Amino acid sequence: MEPKITPELVAEHGLSPEEYEQIKSILGREPSFTELGVFSVMWSEHCSYKNSIALLKTLPRKGKGLLTEAGEENAGAVDLGNGMAVVFKIESHNHPTAIEPYQGAATGVGGILRDIFCMGARPIAALNSLRFGPLSEARSRFLFDGSVRGIGDYGNSFGVPTVGGEVYFEDCYYANPLINAMAVGICKTDRMATATAKGEGNPVFIVGSSTGRDGIHGATFASEEISAKSELKRPSVQIGDPFTEKLLMEASLGIIKDDLIVGIQDMGAAGITCCSSEMAARGESGIEINLDLVPVREDRMTAYEIMLSESQERMLVVGKKGKEKEIKEIFRKWDLNCVEMGKVTSGKNMKVWMGGKVVADIPADVLVLGGGAPIYTREQRRPAYLDEAHRHDFSTLPLPPDYNDVLMKLVTSHNIASKRWVFEQYDSMVRTNTVAGPGPDAAIIRIRHTSKALALATDCNARFCYLNPRIGAQIAVAESARNCVCSGARPTAITNCLNFGNPYKPEMYYMFSEAVAGMGEACRVLETPVTGGNVSFYNEDPERAVYPTPTIGMLGIIDDIAHITGSNFKSIGDVIALVGTTKNELGGSEYIKEIHDLVTGDAPSIDLDFEKRLQRFILEAIKNDLVKSAHDISEGGLAVALAECCFGDREHLIGAKVSFQLDLRADALYFGESQSRVILSIAPASKGSLTQLAASMNVPLALIGEVTSDRLQINGDIDVPVVQLSDGFYDSIGKAMHQPTR
Amino acid sequence: MSQKSKKVVCHISLKDGVLDPQGVTIRNALAQLGFDDVMEVRSGKVFELTFKPEVTNDVRAKSEEICRRVLANPVIETFGVEEL
Repeated sequence: MEPKITPELVAEHGLSPEEYEQIKSILGREPSFTELGVFSVMWSEHCSYKNSIALLKTLPRKGKGLLTEAGEENAGAVDLGNGMAVVFKIESHNHPTAIEPYQGAATGVGGILRDIFCMGARPIAALNSLRFGPLSEARSRFLFDGSVRGIGDYGNSFGVPTVGGEVYFEDCYYANPLINAMAVGICKTDRMATATAKGEGNPVFIVGSSTGRDGIHGATFASEEISAKSELKRPSVQIGDPFTEKLLMEASLGIIKDDLIVGIQDMGAAGITCCSSEMAARGESGIEINLDLVPVREDRMTAYEIMLSESQERMLVVGKKGKEKEIKEIFRKWDLNCVEMGKVTSGKNMKVWMGGKVVADIPADVLVLGGGAPIYTREQRRPAYLDEAHRHDFSTLPLPPDYNDVLMKLVTSHNIASKRWVFEQYDSMVRTNTVAGPGPDAAIIRIRHTSKALALATDCNARFCYLNPRIGAQIAVAESARNCVCSGARPTAITNCLNFGNPYKPEMYYMFSEAVAGMGEACRVLETPVTGGNVSFYNEDPERAVYPTPTIGMLGIIDDIAHITGSNFKSIGDVIALVGTTKNELGGSEYIKEIHDLVTGDAPSIDLDFEKRLQRFILEAIKNDLVKSAHDISEGGLAVALAECCFGDREHLIGAKVSFQLDLRADALYFGESQSRVILSIAPASKGSLTQLAASMNVPLALIGEVTSDRLQINGDIDVPVVQLSDGFYDSIGKAMHQPTR
Repeated sequence: MSQKSKKVVCHISLKDGVLDPQGVTIRNALAQLGFDDVMEVRSGKVFELTFKPEVTNDVRAKSEEICRRVLANPVIETFGVEEL
C-alpha cells in the first residue's frame, strides 16, 4: 500500500510547494507515491542542475575538434585525429564519501568509469582531486585513508591506471571532504555510442548487477547539507564491485562494437528513473518498462524502490530490434544479467508497469534538464569579507628571520609535500602506457600505434577562489593549462567539477556565479572549451561551507611524443631560466597560511592574454628542442618550485644555484604565488636561441642561475642540502598518517 | 583455583540489502560446481576475543562496544556477540 501524499511527505522529498503544484498541473492529477519519488530525484539539484544550468550555459562549449556538446552525452569527446577520439569527464562523489569514505570514493571511481565506457571508449587513465580537513584531526585521517584505499582498490581491481590528481588539506573541508574523480578513455570516432532511446518497438534492457535497496535517494541526499540527520540516511551508501564493472565494460564495448544497439546509458544517480527519462527525452520518444522483470537482490521491493535504487554496475541499453539474441549472448558470455524489460514507444511518456498496473506515467521531457525541470536564478550578494580581505595590508607583516626554515616548513606542508603516500597505493602503470605518472605537473599517457600522447591535469587553488572567485577560477583554468604546456602538450579542452555550498544563500550563489564567469573567460582566451562535468552544491554543514572549489580537469594533446618534457633538472651545468613576472603578491599563498596563519589578501593577478602568450612561448621552445625541463610555479612560489625541480626524482637529487635582484619584499620574491611563471632548464648552448625567442614573443625571461650537484642556493638567503628538503618533502604526509614511507 | 578466561565470539556481517560482491561470486562459483541448491551466499567475519581471567564484569557489553567501534563498520555492517 503506497503512503498518502501529504505536504510533509512532499517536503521530505525536497520539493517546494510551488514545484509540487507544477507537478500536479503537468500530470493533471495528484502524482502517485512512485511518481513523487521520480519527480523528487529528477528535479533534485543533482539531476536537474536547476540552480546552476542558467549560468553553465554561459560557458564556451563549442570548439574545434569537439565531438559532443556539454551535457548532451555521458561524457565529453574530443577528436584526436587518426579516426580516434578522447572521452573524458570529472564528477564529484562528495556526500557519499563523507558518510563512508572507502565505498563512497570507490563508487565515485566506478561511476565515472561507466560514463566513459558507455560512450564506447575504453578507459585508459583515472585522476582524482581530493580535499580533506587537516591531518592533525583523526576524522580527516580516517576520511583521507578510506578514500585513498577506496580509489586504489577500485581502480587497481578494474585495471585502469590512476595517474594523477591533487590533494589539499584545509579546515573548511573537515565536515565536507571533496572527492572529484576524473576518467579518460579512447575510442574510434565511428564507434561512439550515444545515450538515446528512439525507434518505436526497439527493446529496452537492464544489464549488469541486480537491483537492491542501496542508494535510494542518493541524488536527493547529495542535494542537501550534511547534518545529524545524515547519520540516519546511512543505508544510502552503495557498495562497489570493480570486477563486475570490468565485465560490464567488456560486454558494453562488445555490443557497441558489433553495432547491436541504439543507445546506452550508465545508471548513476536516480538509477532506472534517470536513464529511462533522459534517454527517451533525448530521442524524443516514449519508453515503457515493466519492473516485474528487473532482476532484484531483495524480496518485496516496491516500484518506488526499484525506480530509485542506485545499485552500482548497471546500465540501460536500447537495442536494435531483431538483435535481442545477440545482445543477450554477449552478456551471457560475461556472466551478467541482461533482461528485456520494456520497449521504446511512439508517445512521449515514460510509462512504468508493476504487478499488472501502471505505477508511473509521466512525459519524459518534463523530468529532465533542458525539458520541464525547473530552472532558477538565485539571488546573489557579494560577501562582506571579500572587501576586507582585499584591503589587507601585507606591508606590516614582519619578514621571516630565516628563509631556510621557511622553505623547509613549506616543502613539508601537507598541501605542498609529495603525495607519494597516496599514489603508492595506486597502480599507475597498468596497461603500460603511462609515460609520466603522479608527480608535480601533468600525467602523460601515450596513445599506442600513434606518435601522440595525452597530458592530463586537475587543478584548483580554492584559497584563491575563496578570496576572489572570478580570478581564482581563471587561475584554476590557466594553471591546469600551464601544467599541460610544461609537459609539452597543447591544452585542448576541459571538464569541470564545481563544488560549492548552499546556492540558496545569496553569498554562496554570488561566489558560484563569479567562478563560472571567471572560468568562462579563461576558457575563451585559452581556447579550451568546456566539454561537461558536474556541479555539487550543499557542501556545507551548520558550521561552515567549503571554499568555492571549481576543479578543472584539463586535457592536453602532445602531437609528437618527442616533445614530452619533464619538470626535473637534468644535468649539472644546465642554465636555469625564469619566465614571467614576479610581483609583490602574497594574498592566499601557502606561505602566509603556514608561516603567518592567515588566509587573506586578494588572489594573485592574472593577465589571460599574457598567460596565453607565455604558454605559446613554452610550447614553441619545447618544439624547437630548446628546453630540458619545464616546471610551473604554483603553491610555495619560486623557492618551492626550484626545490621541486631538484628533487622531482628522489633517486637522482640534483642542486641549483640562482641569484637575481628584484625590487620586491624578499618573502614575496621567494614564496609569493604570482601567476604565469615557469622555470626552465636548458643546455648552455641554447641560451641565445631561447632569449631571442622570448624577446620575439614579448615574454619576459631571465637567466637566473645554473644546475649544480647537491645544494639549493638562492641569493644569499637560502642555502640548504637538497637531501634535507627532499626527505621532508617525501615523508611529511606518511609521517602524519603514522606510516613513514621509507 | 585460577579463574578461567572468558571467550566471546563476534560475528560481523553486512546489513541486509547491502551488496556482497564476495557472496555473489561464491554463489556463482557454487552453481558452476554443481551446488545449485544454494540460492544466496552472504559472507562475513568471525572474531574470537579472549578476555583476561580477572575481567568478570560485563564482557558482552565490552565486546559489543569493540564491535561497534573497531571490528564492524556500522554504516554497512551489523554484528552479533556470543559468549562461549
